[in-house]
Amino acid sequence: MSKNQASAAGSFRDKLKNLTDTNLLLAITIIVFFLMYLGAVIFQGGGFLKPQAFFNILSANAALVILSCGLSLVMITGGIDISVGGVTALISMCCAVYLDFHGGNVMTSAVIALAIGLGFGLFQGFLVAYLDIQPFIVTLAGMFFARGLTTIVNTKPFNVANEAFTKLKMTRVTVPFMGSVNKRGIYVDAYVEIGVAVAVLVVILMFCFLRWTKLGRSFYAVGGNAQSALMLGINVKRTRFISHVLCGLLAGIGGFVYFLHVGSGSASHAAGAEMDAIASSIIGGTMLTGGVGNIAGTFFGVLSLGTIQNIVSSAGLDQAWWSGITRAVMLCLFLVIQSVVMARKKKA
Amino acid sequence: MKKENSIFMKIVRNQCFIPLMALLLLVVFNLIADPGFFKITLADNSAGNPILSGFLITILDSGSELAILAIGMTLVTAASGGQDISVGAAVAIAGSVLLRVLCGTNSRPETLQAPIIAAFLVSCVAAMLFGAFNGVLVAYFKIQPMIATLILYTAGRSIAAWINNNELPVISEPSFKYFGEFIPGIPIPTPFFIAVACMIVTALALKFTNLRLYTQAVGINQSSSRLNGLNPAVIKVMSFVILGVCVAVVALIKVSRIATINYSVIAKDIEMDAILAVALGGNALSGGRFNMAASIIGAYVIQFLTTTLYKFKVQSDALPAYKAVVVIVLVVVSAPVVREWFAGFSKKFMKREAA
Repeated sequence: MSKNQASAAGSFRDKLKNLTDTNLLLAITIIVFFLMYLGAVIFQGGGFLKPQAFFNILSANAALVILSCGLSLVMITGGIDISVGGVTALISMCCAVYLDFHGGNVMTSAVIALAIGLGFGLFQGFLVAYLDIQPFIVTLAGMFFARGLTTIVNTKPFNVANEAFTKLKMTRVTVPFMGSVNKRGIYVDAYVEIGVAVAVLVVILMFCFLRWTKLGRSFYAVGGNAQSALMLGINVKRTRFISHVLCGLLAGIGGFVYFLHVGSGSASHAAGAEMDAIASSIIGGTMLTGGVGNIAGTFFGVLSLGTIQNIVSSAGLDQAWWSGITRAVMLCLFLVIQSVVMARKKKA
Repeated sequence: MKKENSIFMKIVRNQCFIPLMALLLLVVFNLIADPGFFKITLADNSAGNPILSGFLITILDSGSELAILAIGMTLVTAASGGQDISVGAAVAIAGSVLLRVLCGTNSRPETLQAPIIAAFLVSCVAAMLFGAFNGVLVAYFKIQPMIATLILYTAGRSIAAWINNNELPVISEPSFKYFGEFIPGIPIPTPFFIAVACMIVTALALKFTNLRLYTQAVGINQSSSRLNGLNPAVIKVMSFVILGVCVAVVALIKVSRIATINYSVIAKDIEMDAILAVALGGNALSGGRFNMAASIIGAYVIQFLTTTLYKFKVQSDALPAYKAVVVIVLVVVSAPVVREWFAGFSKKFMKREAA
């Protein structure tokens, strides 16, 4: 990163040459996102031009933003966590059951959500960091465990009827200066769901954490080269552990935001969310091999995925099929780009 | 003291020991809980043919699918140091292709539009192509196997539905059911014979070709295998292609069982079981040496566990939770760190004993 800053005065070509991996991948992501949005505007008409269309995408993907942030943290340290989707489903179900069958209040249900996420994070982090087990196996087991447990908690999907909860669910945050005039000539404020505020806060916090704190920088060091990080005196095991704990905690927050968005409990909730979160991180320029990544990129990665989803659904294609295929194609494309970037870097 | 223990240690050290111990544990548990678990009855089915039925036969039947997958998964694990998590989706694709060829354009054909063997070969080729796709991502683009196969894991079932225009073709030809159920006159389910055939082919291949040597060489140390004149990438792709063949065979059995297909349910969560079978067989999930027999026994043990859980009225959706616990216990016990700690502990204990 410092390399990039040092060459700021150089010519454009020098700049391009010195772009670090993080910035190059981030640039690709942002360009792809804008191209995609432009395409949506051109092919789907003016609907996408209204700020509200953008805010709707944001509202629908707030939970995914938070989950992806957690995944980026783990991936930067060179790990992976595929349990987040399962944990999200488990949290929705537990909170729904608690609110409706046990008459709980909303604050406690949020605490439950955090506790579940933190519990998964602590356990998986311990197994990965201190027992040195492959993160994929551990979190695969975590995913199946969470999914299975969701059915054990309650089999049938149901909507939450708790009043305080529905009130919170319906709360909208108005975005100033972004409203538009509707057909009848009345000015309508643009709004986002409450989860978006949480998501934006998480993104900013995590961005600052990774960029300016000692621990955040050690995440990159561990992911880049664990051996050298160890020689620099970084506690590699603890760093890995903390990354998983943070991911678990963010899965807890994301799970609650997801629950707030859908307002129901079901075992099939957040199906494939882990995949979406991984895809968003990768699209956002986080390297699977670790050491490279940027939360801002992750944010744009989620937006890109959300935009695709929106294009697919507004084009009238059967969503269940096509969203799976389009996501997979995106993931494949970006994985190949990464691999090529890595290969070139090695050669250079 | 060492000599005394040598035979005992030999048995314990054998890789088949762990899955067989697990099997013994399950058998004892079932014997205590309900000996009726082991009852096998001979009765006529609806077509009037004598067939065996009982929990053990179910294990033999469903476990065979898993055993076939475990063969391919073991090779992939050994060569690439990762697992293929797209096998369930790949089974859906292969099954869909199979039905598409058999039915032609009509989703409810009176007669088969193509011979079953031809349809199987086509689905085999399709599964091998998808295997090669995974393999190329892993071997040439150097993407971790589980991430690379995540692509097909997400898209696979959608592709399967798309192949048949989201229709559910039904095959009324009775001979198609032979592969997944019973051949008239033989009371043992056909999948078992198919699995045995696969095992024999695998055993012969491992005995008479360099498959085992090359796969292990690549898995243990990729760069040194390269210096010895092997091409690691080709061998990795080959392991994924072999898994593709296994997937096609399983798809034939699965589709034949119900004579139709359900894209979102067929072979659901089977990737977990296949990985579990490999792990239970004592094979390192990080690649390298492997023991095929242990994996196959592992597969049947996993099915034993599944059937036991079903018998205790555990819902099929809740099954993964129990299996996940088994996985965690297995990986924790076999983790080098834990083993070292355990070895150190027992050494200390011995010393104290001696003193």
